[in-house]
Amino acid sequence: MTADPRISIQRWTNLSIGVAVVVAVLFVVLAAGPAFLSENLIDRLTVLFIYVCLAVMWNALAGYGGMISAGQQAFFGLGGYLAIRLSEWGVEPYVALILAALLAGVFSLPISAIVLRLRAGEFAIGMWVIAEVVRLLVNLDPIIQGDTGRSLIALATFDAVERRDYTYWLALVSMCFLLAVIFVMLRSRLGSSIQAIRDNEEAAASVGVRVLVTKRIIFVTAAIGCALAGGLWLATFTTFQPRSFFGIQWSAYMIFMVLVGGIGRFEGPILGAIIFFLIELWFGTAGVWYLVILGLTALLFSLFLPGGIWGYIEDRFHVLLLPVGYRVRMPGPSAEDADASQSVTAK
Amino acid sequence: MAFLTALVEGVLLGGYYAMLACGLSFMFGVMRIINLAHGSLAIVAAFALWTIADRYEYDPFLALIVVLPVMGGLGWLLQRGILERSARSGELIPILSTFGLAIVVENVLFECFGADIRSLAPYVGSLAYDSFDLGGGSYIGELAVLTFAVAILLLGGLQLFLTYTPLGRQIRATAEDPDTVELVGVNSRFVNAMAASIALVTVGLAGLFLALRSNFDPYAGSLQLIFAFEAGVIGGTGSLWGTLAGGIILGLAQTLGAHIHPQGFLLAGHAVFLLVLVGRLYISRHALRGFLKARLGW
Repeated sequence: MTADPRISIQRWTNLSIGVAVVVAVLFVVLAAGPAFLSENLIDRLTVLFIYVCLAVMWNALAGYGGMISAGQQAFFGLGGYLAIRLSEWGVEPYVALILAALLAGVFSLPISAIVLRLRAGEFAIGMWVIAEVVRLLVNLDPIIQGDTGRSLIALATFDAVERRDYTYWLALVSMCFLLAVIFVMLRSRLGSSIQAIRDNEEAAASVGVRVLVTKRIIFVTAAIGCALAGGLWLATFTTFQPRSFFGIQWSAYMIFMVLVGGIGRFEGPILGAIIFFLIELWFGTAGVWYLVILGLTALLFSLFLPGGIWGYIEDRFHVLLLPVGYRVRMPGPSAEDADASQSVTAK
Repeated sequence: MAFLTALVEGVLLGGYYAMLACGLSFMFGVMRIINLAHGSLAIVAAFALWTIADRYEYDPFLALIVVLPVMGGLGWLLQRGILERSARSGELIPILSTFGLAIVVENVLFECFGADIRSLAPYVGSLAYDSFDLGGGSYIGELAVLTFAVAILLLGGLQLFLTYTPLGRQIRATAEDPDTVELVGVNSRFVNAMAASIALVTVGLAGLFLALRSNFDPYAGSLQLIFAFEAGVIGGTGSLWGTLAGGIILGLAQTLGAHIHPQGFLLAGHAVFLLVLVGRLYISRHALRGFLKARLGW
């Protein structure tokens, strides 16, 4: 079979090249942020970067891998706890954060052996149980002092301004690194494999996709990313309390960000994290009602707009800011309509 | 002797878990949906019963006459309003919707009732602390025995209902193949909504016994969901009596774990659950048969 020479596969469009340039410029501007932004804004942006990390990781797991986890707080908490543990052993605090994330990745391997064969809802609650187990085990460590928690004391060796800037830069670099990793992964063969598994595990296996290995790569990546976010959260707020680090609210936040932004779209979780960040900024003081609104919004999106805001924009206007899919350009007047960028992810 | 008492307590606690888990397994069996709001809805029933008992001074058992039909109605609404719609977008979306629902339910409960820890035990006279003398200085709570008996009745009743009534047959048929039953004149939407109602009635009953045997607060639901899920998985989803076995194994693990270490109650329960998962994965039927052949010459 010879392909029609007029049909071509396109990945980068003029728009997405433009966007990539804008992203690069934005990164440079943000990196220079501490020079001209207020301390308050630096703190807030650090939190935003951590939210983006979490949302992107959860989206990689759920939106691309089809693994909806109600227990990613297991790794978020583990990242915080291991950072404390390593720092107590004399590791320099910022190094400890990164090592903790990698260690959490190592711990996620045996966990993956247990949970990866669970399907859909079973996986979701199975991960929730894992998070509970990890919390209970961490509670057994005497340095955590039960629910009292422990501070990352070693951070006190830096002065307040230095600490703020270092944490900000580390959060910025972590976010960009995780985004880049997911971007490269999705554009590679792995990206097609994992989406094939999400859509139909048996069918994917039948055409030679190595189901368990592929799922494990995504799972471990998401574990490392969430643990890194947990470590950064610890560096920002200094105190590790098992109950708040391992709390189910983290899953609620991740689900909210990804669902509202657009599940299974590269740009979705970034948009979702920004929306979540703004809602928290404006309504976070409303206490429990704020959580009711979050839950209700997630519920309504799942019922009426399961593709999220970005999914709606993308389907409606065929824009694709960062190219993780393929576009098939067909001859004829309907060239732009034949957008197959998402058709690898047949619904 | 204390060990023996712990064993009996564990088995009886298993009755409660079976009661809690059967609604979750039932819904999963019929609609292939795991309802993450399951635990929070049990807490809703507990608060409803508590309100009736506290404000109007009715006996909590009598209050069931009001609360169980309301729970059934909630089940109907849950199926028609949320599950049916979200299931159309694939098997993953119902997980997200029911998780969102759980967050809404528990935080609304918190707004209405605050953070105080409540219990129904003060409203049932001496039932909460009366016990049977087993001799040798060991006692077994009357409430625990009652819970176990109700669980057996509930599971048996469900079994009879599914086997012998027309609606029961329709539910089983819909669970097998919702499209084909439509061809023979069954309204599968109606059947699913009825199944959800029945599931939530069992959740209401579980809410009563939860509130009688322990304290609860608005956020107590997630742990109950986890227990229900663990009992279901240990027993093997899809079988009512398996759920009872799963509940008993979970209850035994927890009471014996609590015997060993103060944190052991939860850890031992989770550990047994994880062991069962590992077992389920690595001892496939094929491997087991090979093992039996090699070792026992079968």
